[in-house]
Formats: sequence, structure tokens, C-alpha cells
Amino acid sequence: MITLSHYIVLGAILFCISVAGLFINRKNVIVLLMAIELMLLAVNINFVAFSRFSHDVAGQVFVFFILTVAAAESAIGLAILVLLFRNRSTVNVAEIDSMKG
Amino acid sequence: MIDTSLFQLVCFYAFAAVTVVAALSVITLRNSVHAVLALVLTFFSTACIWMLAEAEFLAIALIVVYVGAVMVLFLFVVMMLDIDQEKIREGFVKYLPVGLVVAVVMLVEMLGLIGVRVMHAQTMGENPATAAGMSNTAWLGMALYSQYLLPFEIAALILTVGVIAAVALTLRQRTGARKQHASEQVAVRAKDRVRIIKMAAERPVETPPAAPVQESKP
Repeated sequence: MITLSHYIVLGAILFCISVAGLFINRKNVIVLLMAIELMLLAVNINFVAFSRFSHDVAGQVFVFFILTVAAAESAIGLAILVLLFRNRSTVNVAEIDSMKG
Repeated sequence: MIDTSLFQLVCFYAFAAVTVVAALSVITLRNSVHAVLALVLTFFSTACIWMLAEAEFLAIALIVVYVGAVMVLFLFVVMMLDIDQEKIREGFVKYLPVGLVVAVVMLVEMLGLIGVRVMHAQTMGENPATAAGMSNTAWLGMALYSQYLLPFEIAALILTVGVIAAVALTLRQRTGARKQHASEQVAVRAKDRVRIIKMAAERPVETPPAAPVQESKP
């Protein structure tokens, strides 16, 4: 019998994997973007599970909106990445520091 | 005869294992193209898990929209950019301990919280869509087009903004490039191109003035 905690544990594991990915891939913006996608996916798993287990449609509607926003986000993110690579010839986060942040 | 719920549990564990292994390879693979392909596998097996939760519309949307569009976009960009694979891996070992510690501590905390709740293990119960007498897609659509109509249209606006922003960011005007202006070509008139000059058909031959003959003095 699949319980709610199965889904939540899977979401938690995916989220932690993507957080670790953000830490260890400091040289590559592309993998950072992919880790963010993974993070959104982990949240979406939780939403779907809660929607299914509490018999509420709102969770699945919200997943729909998250998918929309994530698609727009990755399109703009990749456009910025292409622009960055065209101007700086690098995707290394450590070298992109001209704003002194 | 196989117990249905047991079979569902086995399927869940299989899909979850594939998801976690693929997610791990997304963040550890050396080649970015392989990482994108691993991400595709992650999304696919997550879609299978959503199918188990009877969220059919979202599972298919995840495959069609994410695997079909967003991941292909990722693949295009990764393959277009000429990335030095060796330099990228330099900080990997340096940040590995920090990343592992943060991730493991977070995971332990989350699992602890979930473990507290496991006592009241909630089972799936009846599918709410089936209980309402319709399919999952219809169930979602009824809510989306009535209660959530305004957010739905805002989502469309966000996508439009995303398209325009992506084009505007990557568009560049090259200086010195030769290009064809079709509208100017169509709008051109004969008088812009051909100049008609009225002139005599032949020009009178001018006789050069005779050179003064030098007279030699005797």
C-alpha cells in the first residue's frame, strides 16, 4: 500500500540531491539550472501527492502553474546563458563576477 | 494472484529508485549532454510515479512539455556551447564535502519530520476524480476553467513574456552584415533605378584648333 509518506520521502530525497548539486557544481551554470529544475520537480511530487491524498484539486492545478512558470524560467535562463557565453566565453560561475556580488 | 496494492508498491519503489539514481547522475556526470539525458530519465520516471498517484494529465504534460520541449531546449543549448569539460570539474572535489553535509543534514531533518507523521499513515483512498464521475483531465479542467480562470490566463501571459524575453535577449544586430530588405525590393519603382537622359544622338565633331606653325627663322 502506497502511503503519503512514500511520496514525501521521495520528494525530500530529490530536493536534497538538487541542493547538493547546487553546491558541488559551482563551475557550470547549465548544471545549476538543471538542479533548479530538479528542485521544482521535487516540490511538484509533493503537490501531486497531497492533492491525491487529501482529495483536493488545488494541488494539481498548482503543479500546472509551476510547470508553466518553470518552462518560462528555463527559456529565459537559457537565453541569458547563451548571451553570457557569447560575451564572456565561459559558463563558470566563479568567473562571472563583474557585478562584485 | 498478485495483490494489487503490493504490485503498486513494488512499481513505486522501482520508479522511485530510477528517479533517485538518475537525479544523482544529473549532478555528478562529467559530460553536460549526459547530465541532460539523465534529467530526461528523471522526469520520465517521475511521470510514472504521478501515474501511480492517478494524476494522468500532469504525468503526460510533464512528458510532453518538459521532456519534449524544455529538455530539448536544454540539449540544444548544451550542444551549441563549446564548453571545456576539464575546467568545469575543477571545484567538484573542493565543494563535495560541504554539499554532502548540507544535503544529508537536510535529508535527515526532513525524514525525521516525516517519520513523526508516519504513525498516522494515510492511505490513498478513492480517486476523487472517479468519485466525481469524471476523468482526471476533466476534473482538473473543471477547476482550471472556472475557479482558476484568471491565474490560467496570467500563466498564458507569463509564457508570452517568456517568449518575448528569450527572443529579445538573444537577438543581435550584426554590423556590416549584408541582408535583403524584401519590403524595399517590392516597393521599388522604375524611376528609382533607371535614369533617362535626354541628349543628342550624336555629338558634333569638334576640330581641334590647328597648332600654330612655328616659323623657322632663316
